[in-house]
Amino acid sequence: MKVTIDNITIEVEPGTTILQAARKIGPEVAPPAMCYYEPLKASGGKCRACLVKVTAGSEKDPRPMPKLVPSCITQVQDGMIVENTVNEQVLETRKGIVEFLLLNHPLDCPICDQAGECHLQDFSFQHGVQQTRYEEERRTFEKQDLGPNIQLHMTRCILCYRCVFTADQITGKRVHGVLNRGDHAEISTYIEKAIDNDFSGNVIDVCPVGALTDKTYRFKNRVWFTKPVDAHCDCEKCSGKVTLWYRGDEVIRVTARKNQWGEVLEFICNTCRFERKNTSDWTIEGPTKVARHSVISANKYGANKIVPEFARRLAASQYKDVHEGRDTSQLNIKQLPEERFKQLIPPAGESAVAGIRSIQNWAEDK
Amino acid sequence: MIETSDKPRIEFTPERLERAKEILTHYPEGRQKSALLPLLHLLQEQEGWTPTEGMDYIAEFLGIQPIEVYEVATFYTMYHLEPVGKHVIEYCRTGPCMIMGGEEVYAHLKQKIGAQDGETSADQLFTIKPVECLAACGWGPCFQIREKYYTHLTIEKVDEIIDELRK
Amino acid sequence: MTTERPKILTDKTHIPGIETFDVYRKNGGYSAVEKALKTMTPDEVVEEVKKSGVRGRGGAGFPMGMKWSFLAKPEGVPRYLVCNGDESEPGTFKDHWLMKTIPHLLIEGMIVSSYALGANTSYIYVRGELMYVVRILEKAIAEAKAAGFLGKNILGSGYDLELYVQPGGGAYICGEETALLESLEGKRGNPRNKPPFPAVKGLYQCPTVVNNVESIATTSWIVNNGGDAYAAIGIGRSTGTKLISASGHLKKPGVYEIPLGLPVQEFIYSDEWCGGIRDGHHLKAVVAGGSSVPILPAAMLLKTANGEDRLMSYESLSDGGFATGTMMGSGGFIAMDETACVVKNTWNFSRFYHHESCGQCSPCREGTGWMEKVLHRIEHGHGSMHDIDLLVDVAKKIEGNTICPLGDAAAWPVASAIRHFRDEFEWHITHPQEATRPGAIFKGHMELV
Repeated sequence: MKVTIDNITIEVEPGTTILQAARKIGPEVAPPAMCYYEPLKASGGKCRACLVKVTAGSEKDPRPMPKLVPSCITQVQDGMIVENTVNEQVLETRKGIVEFLLLNHPLDCPICDQAGECHLQDFSFQHGVQQTRYEEERRTFEKQDLGPNIQLHMTRCILCYRCVFTADQITGKRVHGVLNRGDHAEISTYIEKAIDNDFSGNVIDVCPVGALTDKTYRFKNRVWFTKPVDAHCDCEKCSGKVTLWYRGDEVIRVTARKNQWGEVLEFICNTCRFERKNTSDWTIEGPTKVARHSVISANKYGANKIVPEFARRLAASQYKDVHEGRDTSQLNIKQLPEERFKQLIPPAGESAVAGIRSIQNWAEDK
Repeated sequence: MIETSDKPRIEFTPERLERAKEILTHYPEGRQKSALLPLLHLLQEQEGWTPTEGMDYIAEFLGIQPIEVYEVATFYTMYHLEPVGKHVIEYCRTGPCMIMGGEEVYAHLKQKIGAQDGETSADQLFTIKPVECLAACGWGPCFQIREKYYTHLTIEKVDEIIDELRK
Repeated sequence: MTTERPKILTDKTHIPGIETFDVYRKNGGYSAVEKALKTMTPDEVVEEVKKSGVRGRGGAGFPMGMKWSFLAKPEGVPRYLVCNGDESEPGTFKDHWLMKTIPHLLIEGMIVSSYALGANTSYIYVRGELMYVVRILEKAIAEAKAAGFLGKNILGSGYDLELYVQPGGGAYICGEETALLESLEGKRGNPRNKPPFPAVKGLYQCPTVVNNVESIATTSWIVNNGGDAYAAIGIGRSTGTKLISASGHLKKPGVYEIPLGLPVQEFIYSDEWCGGIRDGHHLKAVVAGGSSVPILPAAMLLKTANGEDRLMSYESLSDGGFATGTMMGSGGFIAMDETACVVKNTWNFSRFYHHESCGQCSPCREGTGWMEKVLHRIEHGHGSMHDIDLLVDVAKKIEGNTICPLGDAAAWPVASAIRHFRDEFEWHITHPQEATRPGAIFKGHMELV
């Protein structure tokens, strides 16, 4: 069946959701997903980040849908027309969702291990506004210990339920869940208990934020200083296909491999994740292809990559004129001839040049 | 988080066990989890509150994980997750009761009992809990003590009720 | 005058002992079961309910017959009827009253409705706080079963029905039908994403109809008297009678069965009904259909924007949209005189929705708490002018963007209170000392009636 998303028409199988169809077209039109996780059954529908406008329900019944619909769980109909990035209402609502998700979020990115690979960061950079209107006290939770491997920071949690589905569907006995309700709802074991089974570590990978992090990697490094490498081992419990995160020669973290959308298709066991931290444990396959949304790529492979929009905006927001408080008689980068400037950046970096120019223009406007 | 401890195991009394087994027959085969809310009520009726050990027992009884019981017990407001006094006074604080003078009546109630919201009186007789609408709006202000509704409350009426319960 | 009014649900409620099977039966009870099971096919019962035009009495007002006709009927899959007795909407207590007063009316309705839908196991989900009502219903069910109206081969018709009462655990959200089903399955009351609707995948993933207590109680009369007779009562698409829960500053609060189409003016001031506003006071505002519907100033409630008398009907109450109208909702009629503070009441309702949000989807989980906190500030004299617009915007960002209608229900009271009583909010902000004084009464230019 045919579906049109942001004026691009694509042919998909019956049963495909709007979000899946949009992802097939490409990341430019794919709605953001904070709770939906394709490999986990029953995920989605909760965060409302992926709400889109259906301007025509189907070929047969071309009436628009009255409300915005969650694209992650709404199946396409033949002839459906969907608006995502081209619809003002969708974008405005999304700003609202960012604001809601950040309302009680501590914004402790500077000390959060997830920073740099956090979907909430990406989501807010791409769809949010710079300031919050929330003046009230933020909610906090009692600290909880989930055992030696997994660190829980409940204040960062956005209640996507992914870790609950993971525990239900990947591991055997589930010992944690969502307790209480409303904005007091929290991930917890209720009684003091470690989440302890061979596949428990996967909750770390599915967590879109820094609520569940790897204790063995805690405060070890910032992700953008590490170098991800695909590797595998002959594991008796799982596929053994992982990503090793190097700092220098040292493996400081092991994770499952994530696809372009940050989803793990092959979950790994705790032995691979927490115990195999020597290069000699692994057969190295090569550098990991880093998803385009990641800030990791911005630093490492910048020379031949497009600078992501959010990185540009981050740079813009932190931009200070080089002359501020300095000897202004020195040459300003702007005074460099364009040709020379281009030499500094490899040919593929046209847009990077444009990016830097736009930063300069922005700063000038200020 | 609840500290684990070596508290004694809790089980239904024989009479309540029979009722629990009867409740299980209400649902199709394989859907026994449906009995969870009624069984939690049964547990609370027996223990006066909803202790963790009792929830673990129910999990075992229904063949589900304990966390499935905790998730449910913490979602609904009727299950007292901490010990309470003999009489739990749950007063309605919602609009229709409020505009009928609920605030003064409840203030008097708290003063008379000597306990604030969520507290238990020193004599362990009363626990006060504010709750949302009890579906008795035309008969407000009102509160509920265990299964009994007390409606059309006034300061005098509160005095009578409490004095009676203290006897 | 009272005798002229059509009584569908309350014709027997004055009879002493009507809660017992014997008295109920002696007064014509269970005749609908006899008629349906012995002389009608299930489809014929559905047809009568369709003809009656009766609309869901839980709040949404969706035509009941139509809802029934959506029920999927795949071979070999059980179907369920679940009665929604989770009545928790502030201002609403009619189901509570009906169930405790005349339990057999509901049970009789459950039998004919289950028969119509082909359900062999049905549940009445009652909010847990009403445990005493659960016990009344359980006793009534046992009586009906002993008399052969429940169980196997009812009245020799070959039709089997088991009926159970399920208590909730204290959660307003379980009044939302999919949350109710989750709760009935022994889970947290998190509403489900729709589609699939319960008519296709409901209880235990089987086709299910969820109907309100009052709606189901109506079906006995419809079976006995025919859908056309029911449709002859009322006005336009608001057919039949409706139980109204009247509360607040009225002389005679209580549950009333009104013929739909009754003028609001008459309902409030006639001695037959609420008897007017309590002595020495005047009507300021009304929440006409339960806490979630828009609050209206008295004058706007009594007359529509066109200057016509407003009627107690689905159409008339919503005349003018949200700009000047409200909704029938569940029929929770909360009257407020000049002593009521709209800001305080809005904060109170907002606290309710914050407390009752299940926390599943982000706009409701975060937005309801935000609104409550801002309203709390304004009510306690710490608000600022931009808070008012902030509230309007937050309400807008919640409305329509949540999994279930609780988001809308939380947003509407706030948005409507500011729409119609903005000056009162401003007064709280500009005159905090005056406004927070105990017993303070706002003397705006709003017309009292």
